Amino acid sequence: MAIVSTQDVRQVALLARLALHDDELKKLAAQLDEILEYVRQLQAVSTDGVEPTSHVLPLADVTRPDQRLPSLPPEEALTLAPARHGHLVKVPKVID
Amino acid sequence: MQYESVIGLEVHLQLNTDSKLFCGCSTTFGAAPNHQTCPVCLGLPGVLPVLNHRAFEWGIKAALAFDCRLAQVMKFDRKQYFYPDLPKNYQISQYDQPLAQHGHLDITIEGASRRIRITRIHMEEDAGKLLHDPQAPWSYVDFNRTGIPLLEIVSEPDLRSPDEASAYLLELKAVLEYLDVSTCDMENGSLRCDTNISLRKRGEALGVKVEIKNLNSFKAVKAALVYEIARQAKRLDAGERIAQETRLWNAKAEQTETMRSKEAASDYRYFPEPDLVPFTIQPRLREAVAAQLPPLPAQRRVRLMDAYGLSAYDAQVLTQHRRLAELFEGAIAQGAKPKPLANWIMGELLAYLNARGQEPSGVTLRPEWLVHLLEAIDAGTISGKMAKELFVESLERQVDPAQVIRENNLRQIVDHGQLDRLAEEVIAGFQKSVEDYRKGKANALMFLVGKCMERSNGKANPTQMADVLKRKLNQGKEAVT
Amino acid sequence: MDRLCTRTIHELRSLMDQGACEPRALLQELLEQVERLNPTLHAYVTVDAGRLMRQLEQRLRQGPRGKLFGIPITVKDNLCVQGEETTCASRILRHFRPPYTASAIERLTQEGAIIVPRANMDEFAFGSSTESSAYGVTRNPWDLERVPGGSSGGSACAVAADAAIAALGTDTGGSIRQPAAFCGVVGLKPTYGRVSRYGLIAFASSLDVIGPITKDVRDCALLLSVIAGHDPKDSTCAPVEVPDYVAALQRPVKGLRFGVPKEYLIEEGIAPDVKAALEASCGALERLGMRRVSVSLPHTSYAVAAYYVVATAEASSNLARYDGVQYGARAATDGGSLLDMYQRTRADGFGTEAKRRIILGTYVLSRGYYDAYYLKGLKVRTLIKRDFDEALASCDVLICPTSPTAAFRIGEKLDNPLQMYLSDIFTISANLAGIPALSMPCGFTAKGLPIGMQLLAGPFREEVLLQVASAYEQATEWHRRKPEIRSCSTSR
Repeated sequence: MAIVSTQDVRQVALLARLALHDDELKKLAAQLDEILEYVRQLQAVSTDGVEPTSHVLPLADVTRPDQRLPSLPPEEALTLAPARHGHLVKVPKVID
Repeated sequence: MQYESVIGLEVHLQLNTDSKLFCGCSTTFGAAPNHQTCPVCLGLPGVLPVLNHRAFEWGIKAALAFDCRLAQVMKFDRKQYFYPDLPKNYQISQYDQPLAQHGHLDITIEGASRRIRITRIHMEEDAGKLLHDPQAPWSYVDFNRTGIPLLEIVSEPDLRSPDEASAYLLELKAVLEYLDVSTCDMENGSLRCDTNISLRKRGEALGVKVEIKNLNSFKAVKAALVYEIARQAKRLDAGERIAQETRLWNAKAEQTETMRSKEAASDYRYFPEPDLVPFTIQPRLREAVAAQLPPLPAQRRVRLMDAYGLSAYDAQVLTQHRRLAELFEGAIAQGAKPKPLANWIMGELLAYLNARGQEPSGVTLRPEWLVHLLEAIDAGTISGKMAKELFVESLERQVDPAQVIRENNLRQIVDHGQLDRLAEEVIAGFQKSVEDYRKGKANALMFLVGKCMERSNGKANPTQMADVLKRKLNQGKEAVT
Repeated sequence: MDRLCTRTIHELRSLMDQGACEPRALLQELLEQVERLNPTLHAYVTVDAGRLMRQLEQRLRQGPRGKLFGIPITVKDNLCVQGEETTCASRILRHFRPPYTASAIERLTQEGAIIVPRANMDEFAFGSSTESSAYGVTRNPWDLERVPGGSSGGSACAVAADAAIAALGTDTGGSIRQPAAFCGVVGLKPTYGRVSRYGLIAFASSLDVIGPITKDVRDCALLLSVIAGHDPKDSTCAPVEVPDYVAALQRPVKGLRFGVPKEYLIEEGIAPDVKAALEASCGALERLGMRRVSVSLPHTSYAVAAYYVVATAEASSNLARYDGVQYGARAATDGGSLLDMYQRTRADGFGTEAKRRIILGTYVLSRGYYDAYYLKGLKVRTLIKRDFDEALASCDVLICPTSPTAAFRIGEKLDNPLQMYLSDIFTISANLAGIPALSMPCGFTAKGLPIGMQLLAGPFREEVLLQVASAYEQATEWHRRKPEIRSCSTSR
């Protein structure tokens, strides 16, 4: 049985904010299924008592002093924006 | 039907730092939109966060004040959701290894102390600000707030009424103000609050929890809880189910409303932030921060009652704000008497601040000014009425009342010879009234006192003046008889 | 005399010292080479000759006259250069000009280098073939029908074709080493944290590293010594002292031990000529006085699975920011909702492989799957790291092929993502373990395609990698071979 259904991919695509056509969804579901089937071999590895590794280096406690640095000039920051309104970035209306 | 309400609070607090949590941008409130942003807080590609050490220290300080267990290893995680005010579309927050857990805060409710457990305290970055144009299909984003350091303090659902929730918030705010880790100013968003509430019949299992957001004042928290209790009770009474949901408080309509967007569809996909390393809280750091802890409101309250004999109520009011307590104890140290001092602070000072909508934390009055003022009243140099006017002037001008007294020559006439002369002049000038007085008309004495005050430019003490007049008038009567 | 663009950095340095090379002439020759070959190879997305000449003039006027004075260094399109378009070969970042420069590039500039931007790459470094670039496929200079490897395919191709003196690439699962192997050049993935990631547009933050791709080992050591070192802007950059990597090249290798992991040789799918080249190379190392020891990396066969879980999870998160709100491209959705804007922008902006990885990464982090996939992947990562700790306790370096095959044909694996992922089997473990690894030419297939040998060492032991690689290079001639590039008739 497939691990991933087209419906699963549709749900994940919504979480990831990707618009996908039905044929893309179907193709992706099949490919994902194959990849996850392969990934499933991890289940065969015994990891009891094994700590996960999120960072390979034993680095810790890296901070910076509470010091102000110059911000970007607003014009420079805002020229990157695809749409703006004065000094504000403009987006389609947000509904709570 | 009677229900018990089960309430928990989540408080978001802006930490008092010069720069943001992960970058060097200023945290100053009120800058023009998008003037305090940089590649890091804008989430531009390729740049990386580095933790602000002071924010970390402030977090530890708060955790210690609430008697929390500090994490052995603290880490940051990404909380992922798409929102235009969140530039990276994830918030750097903490999930399963927060800064601290298992603390508590004691509150006093109807004279009895209640311990409210604090589940966890974690650090996170703030999001930006969205502005909506009701006329157009657009929203606008200001990223100045993005990356501002926040501390989230989550309580257990140990609160049982809106009043308890208010007491908890007040006490929490008092403690945080004492710590000086935040301005706790709700006006500019440095303290924000979400709450969750469920109802149950006493002794039964917990009911369905509803979250309420968008509470931007303590008043709103209480009002929203009162509203929500009534709403849920009505549904339960009617045999209806409570939906598990997030609701927004509409301050204008004074009601909670279902959020239109589907919060339920969210799945935050937390995972460890790979751009930041773990943080250990070494004993040295912990001790250094602990050494900075000031006496907290509860400790100060006990001291005020034990050492100066203040009532529980007075002690409560005076310790509500660190500044007031410091003012009080500062003045005591310079010789002020506790009770009149407490009355003066709680009466005149608070009235002055309330009338002007000012926070006690911003008061710049010096303790010695209060000492000078109370001494002048005690010595009879000024009357109570004069003192009140003088106090206001001194606050407005930010000068010592003693200086105001000197400048305006605001001294009561205490020289008895001078008072005698005043009385004699007035008796000689208003014979009609003297006769009235002798006929037993009490008003006549008031009239004569008034005339004396006029002639002294208000510097005579009216009680003393009345005594002198009475003595003179009675002497005269004896002499005539 | 050889053209200047065919030279290495250290050769050019001594020519300049002798007054036999002038930076203007060098850049001119390099630009001519690029102009001649780029239409065929497409190693660069774009090259702006005018801007480069201006940069050179400024450098000549103001310096600094450091170790790389006047030397053009090519950089991959995922390394930010202030004011230069930097797109990760993606449509979604088209026209994005960062207001900052990557720390590694800053360090090159401080030594006087001329920065040559925009080597082509797989979109967001997602790939092993440079076919997923939104700006066209890069070709292998040894065979134009084949891929240059990826994701730093543009960098490796340019270096191999003398269209670059040296280059910077980035490596998340083999993206420096595999293209270096396919193109017959030297590529080094340093220890994670050796080089600052500030300004490297992230693929998978816990795996990404910037490293050099060069014509020989000496240049590799030279570039590493410039870009390595602590950076307060990157919390994960290690405050570890930077040794003199160039000096390390002189040290004798006699008595050093090399381990050949037994799992790597029995792995299915290793091409016979790759296996033979590696065996011959092991013989060469023994003749240099090194001792061969047998080692085992028992969790090798799980590396690809663990990698694709961890790397895509981080990638899905790192790529969430490309949403059309604040920078980059925004899809036109006349009067559409915010959700439409997000979904269309990302659907239009990302290519197929990026979408595939975003979906996979989102899936493995989502509710109900985190423990089974992501957390499990991180735990297996721990085991893989331990394997290396143990293996490297009994030897100085590990030797294995960089890739199971030489360069494959363009289009060959495009429709089979899993097969593409499996081609990274030998390179991925070093990223999971965070250790340094170097790929260098060690032979050619019967068809004349380069074969890469990979050397791995313990964390921050780049010195020993360079030391062994240098000894091997001096004992062999592979690095002297140059591709003969046919005309541009096959270019699309």
